[in-house]
Amino acid sequence: MLDLVADARRSGDVTGLGAATPYTRYMNIAPENSTGELLTRMRYDPKLIGNIMLPALHGGTIGALLEAAAIFQVLWEIETIAVPKIITITVDYLRSGRPVDTLARAVLTKQGRRVVNVAVEAWQDDRSRPIASANAHFLVSPRDE
Amino acid sequence: MSDKPDRKIFEQAFSDAIPQNKALGLEVVEVARGRGVLRLPWKRELVGNPETGVIHGGAITTMLDACCGMAVATMLKTPQPFATLDLRIDYVRPATKGEAVIAEAECYRITSNVAFTRAFAHHGDPSDPIAAASGTFMLATKGSARNKEPLIKSGDGKSGDGKAGGA
Repeated sequence: MLDLVADARRSGDVTGLGAATPYTRYMNIAPENSTGELLTRMRYDPKLIGNIMLPALHGGTIGALLEAAAIFQVLWEIETIAVPKIITITVDYLRSGRPVDTLARAVLTKQGRRVVNVAVEAWQDDRSRPIASANAHFLVSPRDE
Repeated sequence: MSDKPDRKIFEQAFSDAIPQNKALGLEVVEVARGRGVLRLPWKRELVGNPETGVIHGGAITTMLDACCGMAVATMLKTPQPFATLDLRIDYVRPATKGEAVIAEAECYRITSNVAFTRAFAHHGDPSDPIAAASGTFMLATKGSARNKEPLIKSGDGKSGDGKAGGA
């Protein structure tokens, strides 16, 4: 996985990182940076639905997207010698997720020597109306102290 | 007093009405008043770190959300939708490659608007958890979810105290 990150840094193209783990591939979760900022997209698929009546995305899948976006951001910004390990994540659900693509943007709020705090937000068509936000802590092992 | 008919309704609704639960491969292990137990068999597609074979946190998150939600559903008077308000997950230790994950949730308090839950995920020994969760849920209709006549009746012979044991 870290090899893929190094490749992405060299080429400037992050889209291949989604295939780095079987789970993100299965969930159609992948980063993109065509607009200059690193975003993570979860492509809509009927299997993501958690409520067929509304219909709405399963809250867990939105949590998974937020977590994946946070990991991609940590991998992108910090040169680590091991894949960052998630310690905690707290997700606030703000609106129900409609059956369309969902995007997420993560920001490192604080980077310590061992722990990184990441804030993430997810939205669908309108970025000013987020459907969920999260805060997560990761254990990291940065290259050269 | 048997919980079998109730349990069937839950199992059916759980995977028929919730495609993501079915896609992940979540199985209902136990349903009792205020309590839900799920099982997630290890699958290659759910791996988050190809080097270790450990299941991605996202799959555990979905499982714990579903499990807490099921515990809420057992407290409702009539079936009605509800939405996750917030969910916190502590990843205590990595899951083991190839092993199924068990999640046990309890809905320990329900008011006219909000349901409060907590859950643990483990590999069979609840005292050695993989993850811990606490989640709150917003009920669709105010006041419609009093636990006087819940869908699931207590006294089914199983541990309804929300503590470990099931699985």
